[in-house]
Amino acid sequence: MQASRPDPDQLLAQLRAETPDRGRLKIFFGANAGVGKTFAMLQQAQRQRADGVDVLVGLVETHGRVETAALLDGLAVLPRATLQWRGHAVTEFDLDTALARAPQLILVDELAHSNVPGSRHARRWQDVEELLAAGIDVYTTINVQHLESLNDVVGSLTGVRVRETVPDHVFDAATEVALVDLPPDELLQRLREGKVYLADAAERAREHFFRKGNLIALRELALRRTADRVDADLRRTPAVGVAPGETLAVAVLPGPAGELLVRHAARLAARLKTDWFAVVVETPALLRDATQHASAQQHLHLASTLGAETALLSGMDSAQTLALWCADRGVGILLLGQPPRRGWQRSLASRIAQHAPQLAVQTIAIDPPAATPWQLQRQLRRRWTGVAWALGAAVVSTLLAQQLSRVFDLANVIMLYLLAVLLVSVRFGRLAGGLASLLSVAAFDYFFVPPTLSFTVADTQYLLTFAVMLTVALTLSQLSARLRFQADAATGRERRTAALYALARALAGALMREQVTEIALAHLAPRFNGQVGLALPTLDEQLQQGGGMALDLAVADWVYRHGAEAGHGTDTLPAAQAFYLPLTAPMRVRGVLALQPRGEIDTEEQRFLQTCAAQIGLALERVHFVEVAQNALVSMEGERLRNHLLAAISHDLRTPITVLLGLASTLTESPYAAPPARAIAQQLTGEIRRMSDLVNNLLDMARLQAGEVQLRMDWQSVEELVGASLRALELRLEQHPVALEIPAGLPLVECDAVLMERVLVNLIDNAIKYTPFGTPITLRAQALPAQMLIEVADTGPGLPAGQEDALFQKFVRGQVESNTSGVGLGLALCRAIVEAHGGTISARSTAGAVTGATFRIVLPRRELPPLPDLESPLQ
Amino acid sequence: MTAPHNAPTLVLIEDEPQIARFVAMTAEAAGLQCWHAATARQGLVEAGTRQPDLIIMDLGLPDGDGVALIGEIRGFSAVPILVLSARSQEADKVNALDAGADDYLTKPFGTNELMARVRVLLRRHARDSQGGIAALALGDVSVDLVARSVTRAGQPVHLTPTEYRLLATLIRHAGKVLTHRQLLLEVWGPAYVEHSHYLRIYMGHLRQKLEADPARPAHLLTESGVGYRLVI
Repeated sequence: MQASRPDPDQLLAQLRAETPDRGRLKIFFGANAGVGKTFAMLQQAQRQRADGVDVLVGLVETHGRVETAALLDGLAVLPRATLQWRGHAVTEFDLDTALARAPQLILVDELAHSNVPGSRHARRWQDVEELLAAGIDVYTTINVQHLESLNDVVGSLTGVRVRETVPDHVFDAATEVALVDLPPDELLQRLREGKVYLADAAERAREHFFRKGNLIALRELALRRTADRVDADLRRTPAVGVAPGETLAVAVLPGPAGELLVRHAARLAARLKTDWFAVVVETPALLRDATQHASAQQHLHLASTLGAETALLSGMDSAQTLALWCADRGVGILLLGQPPRRGWQRSLASRIAQHAPQLAVQTIAIDPPAATPWQLQRQLRRRWTGVAWALGAAVVSTLLAQQLSRVFDLANVIMLYLLAVLLVSVRFGRLAGGLASLLSVAAFDYFFVPPTLSFTVADTQYLLTFAVMLTVALTLSQLSARLRFQADAATGRERRTAALYALARALAGALMREQVTEIALAHLAPRFNGQVGLALPTLDEQLQQGGGMALDLAVADWVYRHGAEAGHGTDTLPAAQAFYLPLTAPMRVRGVLALQPRGEIDTEEQRFLQTCAAQIGLALERVHFVEVAQNALVSMEGERLRNHLLAAISHDLRTPITVLLGLASTLTESPYAAPPARAIAQQLTGEIRRMSDLVNNLLDMARLQAGEVQLRMDWQSVEELVGASLRALELRLEQHPVALEIPAGLPLVECDAVLMERVLVNLIDNAIKYTPFGTPITLRAQALPAQMLIEVADTGPGLPAGQEDALFQKFVRGQVESNTSGVGLGLALCRAIVEAHGGTISARSTAGAVTGATFRIVLPRRELPPLPDLESPLQ
Repeated sequence: MTAPHNAPTLVLIEDEPQIARFVAMTAEAAGLQCWHAATARQGLVEAGTRQPDLIIMDLGLPDGDGVALIGEIRGFSAVPILVLSARSQEADKVNALDAGADDYLTKPFGTNELMARVRVLLRRHARDSQGGIAALALGDVSVDLVARSVTRAGQPVHLTPTEYRLLATLIRHAGKVLTHRQLLLEVWGPAYVEHSHYLRIYMGHLRQKLEADPARPAHLLTESGVGYRLVI
C-alpha cells in the first residue's frame, strides 16, 4: 500500500514541470551529422506555422543545402547578433531580441554549440533554458556524441572526442525527443554524394569516423538513449520510488581516472533511476598537492552538471570516512576506482567493507595515476627540502649533544634527538620525520655509543636502545604529522563556523534593510579578503546598488531574475569581474551579493559564501515581513478612520441637505408665498440639488478610492442604462435635444448598473453644463467582438487642446475660469468607476466645421451564457 | 388635527426630527392625518394601533433594522409602505422591497416627489381593496387582462406567453417598484431568481412592442440596481 502512494514532492515537481508558463522543448535527436535533423525540424516548424502558430527561426544552420534552405521559406528569421571577439566580428544567436520578440515557438539549431566569449551564457543550451523559462516553446537539434554522459563512450568508439557537450538533465527534461534516424548505408551514400556537412574536427577524422561499424554503434547508442527516455516517460506516472538502500555514490579520484568514474556513475545512476552523489575525501596527501586537489574539484563540478549531489569530506582514513558518510546518507552502492595493488597494501574496497559490511561496493579497475614531470619536480623539491631539514636537524642535534654530553647522561642525548624528530615531522610531514629518525639513531650510534666514531656497538644492550629509539621516533613523526593535519582542518572549519555564527548573530539584531546591508558588508569583506557589494530590489522590482563595491547591475539583474549564480568563475556571463550570487530566502530571491576576491576561491569557500548569502537573504526576508506587518497595521488604522469619517460625513451632510431641500420645495409649492419668494425658493431648490450631487460625487469618489465599493456585476442592457440616466436628468434636459444611436438587439454587457448610471449621468450632465442651450447631445452604443462602446457626444465648443486626459484628473475643469458650477470631480469619478470595471474612458474634440466633444467608454464584454428555451419555462 | 375624520392616516417612522417635521408638514398640508414615531419599537405600536392607510419609514433607525420592521408589519397588515433611504444603499432598498415595502424615495427629495409617491400609493391601496384592475391604457396601447388581449393604436400586438405574463405582473402591481427577484419569481418561477438577464431581454422586447421610444420609456421604467416599475 505504502509503496504505491505517490510522493507529494515528486507530484509537485511533476506539476511544476507541466505548468503552462514554461515553454516546451522538443529535441530532434540524431546519431550523427547528416541524418537530417535540421530538415526534420524545419518541416515540423512549417506544419506548426500552417496551424497558425507564431514561429520564429532563432538560428538555423543550413550548411548551404538547398533543400533545407527551401524549407525556410515563409518563416520569420531572427537576424543574428554581431559580437567582436579578438578583432573578428562573429555572429551569434540573439537571445535578447528573441526574448523581446516572444514568439510562441522558436527554432534554435545545434544545442551543444559554445557561444563566443562575451555572450551572456557560455553555452547555447543555457540560452535555450532561458527561452523556455520565458514561456517560449523551443525546437532544437543535437547529436548523440554531444550528450555529456555518452561523450566518453562515443570518444572511445570513434576516436573523436568532441568538447561541446550538453548536460543530460537538459535532454531528459525535454518535453519531447524526436529521433531522426537514417540507416548507415543511406548515410554513407549521402556522404559520398557530398550532402553531409562536417565540422572541422570531424572532417579530419572522416575516414575513421564514418566507418560502417562506427555508424552502427552510434545509431544503436542513439536508439538506446531514446528508448531509455521513453522508458522514463512511461514510468514517470506513477512515480517510481527508489528505496534508500539503492542510492548511489561514487568516490572521486583525482586525475583522468576520476572523470571515467564520474561518467560511469552517471550512467549507472540513470539506469537505476536513482539520485547519486559524488564525493571527494580530502586526505592530507590530497590537500598537500594543489594540482591533484584542483583535478578532484573539477570532477566534482562535472558530476554536478551530470546531476549529482556533491560533497567534500575530510579525514585521515578514506575508508572510514567514506563508510561513515555512506551510512549517514543512506547510500546503498558505492563506486570506487581500484588502482593495481601495491604489495602489502589492503585494497580500499576491503577496508570499507570492514567498516560498513552492508554497503555494496563496486570497483572499477583504473591505471595508477601518472604524475606529470612538473608535478614530480615539485614533489621532489618538497621532498628535498624535507630531507635537507632532516639532515640539518641531525647535524645540529649532534653538535649540541656533543656539548651537553660532557655534563649530562647519554639518556638525555636521546631526548634531544627525539625533540629534533618531533619538530621536523610537525613541519615537513612523515617522510622527513622518518628520515630524521633514522639519521638520529645512526648519529647517536656513531658519535656517542662507545666505541665512538664507529658504528660498532660494544655493549649489545644499545641495540635495544636503538630499536626503541627508532620506534618512538617513527611513531612520534607519524602522530605529529596527523595532529597537524587535523588541527589545520579543524581550524578552517572552526573559522568558518565562527564567522557564520558572528554573521547570524549580528543579522538577528537588524531591523532595517540598511542595517542588514551594513552588517553583511562588514562581515564578508574581511572574511573573503576581497571586495563585496550588494544589490537590493526597490518596490517596483528594479535592482539598486545596496552598498559596498559598485556592481554591474546588468549581471546582478540576471542573477536576481533567475535565482542562479553568474559572473566570474561560472558559465553565465563569465566576463564579469565579480562572482554574483542570489540572496535566496524561502519566499523568493531578496537581492544579489557580489564578491570580487583577490585570489581564486575553492569549492569549500564557495559553499560557505552560499551559506552566508542564505543567511543574509533570510534576514532581508524577515525585515521585509516586519515592514509588511507594520504597513498593514498603519493602513488598517487609516482605513478604520476613513470609514468612520465617511459614515459620519454621509449621515451628517445628508440630513441637513434633505431638510433644506424639503423646506425649500415646501416654500415653492406654498400657496401662501408671494411669487418673488417662490422664485427664490425655486432657485434655492436647484442649488441644494447641485450641492447634493456634489456631496454624492465626493462620497462615491472617497469610497471608490478607499476600495470600499464592491461592484455588483450583472448583465445589463445599455438601452436601459441610457434610459434610466436620461430620466434622472429629465428636467435639465428640456433645453437639449437628445439623439440616440443605439441599435436594437444590442447584446447585454456585464456591469454595476448603479455605478454605470452614475457615469452616464455625469457625462450627460457635463454636456449640459458646458454647451449652450439647444445644443443637441448624442448617445451612441456599439458592440465590438470583446468590447462594448458607449459614447456621449455634443456639438459644443469642444475641449481645450492637449487637455483631454488631464480632464479626468481630480479638480480639473475644461475652462480655467468660468461661472459654470462643479469642481471637475464628475469626470474623475467616471474614470474611477470605468477603470474599476476594467474598461477605459477617453475624451476627444471634434475639429472642423462642427466642433464638439466626445466622451467614449469602452467596457470589456463577454458573450452571454447560452439561454435555454425561454418560452417554455418550468411552471 | 386639522384633517377631517375620514382623512387618510399616515404613520411616519423617522428618527431625524427636522426631516420628520417637514414630511409631517407636507402630509398634513395635503390633508393626511399624521402620527409620528421616532423609533422602530414605537413605530410598530403606532402601525398596529392606528390602522394607517400609509406608512412612511426611514430605513436607518436607531433601535433596529428597518427591513425587519417591514416584515413584522407585513405579518398583520397589507398597508402600503414607503421607504426613505440614502443613495448608494441599493441593496437595502432591494431588501426592503423584497420584505414587502411598496416604494422607496431617495434622500434628498422635494415635497412634490414625496406627494406624488404618496398619492400613487394611496390610490393603489384603494384600488386593491376594490379588487384590482381589469383593463388599462398605456398611451396608445390598451391591455385587457380579462380577454388577455393587447392592442396598439387599434392593431393587435402579438406577445409571447412569457412577455404577456411579465406585462400582466407589472400591471397587477402598477405604480409599485418590483425587484428583479420578485419579477423572476412571479413570471419564471423559483428556479430562475438568479437569472436576471432573462428579465432584461424580455423587458427589452416589451419596450420594443409597447413603447413609443424604447430607449426613453414612458411606462416601463427602470429603477437602476433595484427593479422595474410600471407607470400608468
